[in-house]
Amino acid sequence: MSEARGIYTLWLREVKRYLRDRARIISSFFQPLLWLVIFGSGIRFSGSIGGLSYQEYIFPGIIGQTLLFTSMFMGISVIWDREFGFMKEIMVAPISRISIFLGKMLGDSTDAVVQGIIVFGLGLLLGIRLDFIIFLEALPIMLLITFGLVSIGLTIASFMESLESFGVIQSFINLPLFFLSGALFPIRGESVPVWLSTISNLNPLTYGIDALRTVILGGNWQSLYPLYYDIGIICVFDLVMIAVGTFAFSRRK
Amino acid sequence: MLCTILKPTSGTAKVNGFDIVSQATQVRKSIGIVFQDPSVDDRLTGRENLYMHANLYNVPQSEQKSRIDRALKLVELEDRADDILRTYSGGMRRRLEIARGLIHYPKILFLDEPTIGLDPQTREHIWAYIEELKETHDITMVLTTHYMEEAEKLSDRVAIIDYGKIVALDTLAELKATLEGDVITVKTQDAGKLQSIVAEKIPVLKSLATDKTAEFTVRDGKTTMPRIVEVATQNNIYIDSISLREPNLQDVFLHYTGRAIRADEGGELHGLSAIRRRAIR
Repeated sequence: MSEARGIYTLWLREVKRYLRDRARIISSFFQPLLWLVIFGSGIRFSGSIGGLSYQEYIFPGIIGQTLLFTSMFMGISVIWDREFGFMKEIMVAPISRISIFLGKMLGDSTDAVVQGIIVFGLGLLLGIRLDFIIFLEALPIMLLITFGLVSIGLTIASFMESLESFGVIQSFINLPLFFLSGALFPIRGESVPVWLSTISNLNPLTYGIDALRTVILGGNWQSLYPLYYDIGIICVFDLVMIAVGTFAFSRRK
Repeated sequence: MLCTILKPTSGTAKVNGFDIVSQATQVRKSIGIVFQDPSVDDRLTGRENLYMHANLYNVPQSEQKSRIDRALKLVELEDRADDILRTYSGGMRRRLEIARGLIHYPKILFLDEPTIGLDPQTREHIWAYIEELKETHDITMVLTTHYMEEAEKLSDRVAIIDYGKIVALDTLAELKATLEGDVITVKTQDAGKLQSIVAEKIPVLKSLATDKTAEFTVRDGKTTMPRIVEVATQNNIYIDSISLREPNLQDVFLHYTGRAIRADEGGELHGLSAIRRRAIR
């Protein structure tokens, strides 16, 4: 009971901090907007993918990208907390390390998913076919992807000594995961090099974006894997990353 | 280590009857800590910080409000409780941290240099709170400080730590008694003559004369001083000035840790004085 309360408390803190940071919320509109409007419109000339417009094709990918970038960025909160000393207060509190990790992870995930929902709104404005049912189906998938990604960010951050080094490592991980996930272009098919589709198989985001496409694009999209398979892989990824993250948090001090 | 942040390399200890290695959670419930560096969330309000703490320490929901209101009142932050912490001054944050350390009714409160870097008013304020806590709560406080006057003012028992080892642990009076006594310094043209006469007529522990100064170490400086003046007058020795120095904690500290400034640690005085005291109730 007290552990659950501890998790809730830490979750609430992360969410409160996020909601108070207006600059972060407003700026979160722009990057996906750039990708969808400028990149999406520009590439459109090169044709459609599987009967879908390019904008429609990349829309689930851009949701995935937003979740990825935001989640990884959340790791910064660990370094921040350490720098400003708040980490000590949490570490001497009578709750277990796994609860500390879960509270922080769930809080950061909530923030990241809010960003994802904002992109959903943008899609609606840009005329992508969406409805409330699709939204309800996509939401749990977004959450599941985020858990694992935030855990990666928190884990890496807990090993980093400074903000600068975290920034470097972060972009080192973000871009390969993004490019090799099928967010922007197909990673299966005759024209795709074997090495590319092989590597993308190892990328958890591939399964997340495939699941999002299955739900958002419906019958228009030829799924790479069945939905249950995608979700199964994501869940395994989440559990592994939560275990690794908890270990990383216990290791410090 | 006692706060369960560090693991001991060997051995163990008990805090409030709980083992710091095997019962860390119990230990954490029993203690409150005011860290040397700030450890509050500066994006939340003062009140939110306290509620967060109360929840982390599983304070019953029904009691949270009253405990937090009382703690805020104790540190005189009621007016600012709903402001974001970024707008607080250093002293206010410090006070909030002391309030926070009390929310879960700890048995032992660790204060790590609570007044470092604060202005004199705020220091006085915080000392007053600590004194008040001593009166009203049944708490053992462990306070570390570099300020000798802080230790003298607040503590029942003082431990002097040098290079990580406790070199002395006792009440203030006992510690002072380990020093030889009070020192009376007399400035006069006839220092040598005065020394020999005083040594003859008055019981002194030690006497020393240089060109124009005579120094006497005595048990009780306050009563010996007039007698020295008396003896000097009788023997027509003119006294330019006379001063008395009773040993303070600074002298005790230096006595135990040596006078030299340490070369390692960037020339910083390495000795740390830890003060422990028990509220009487």
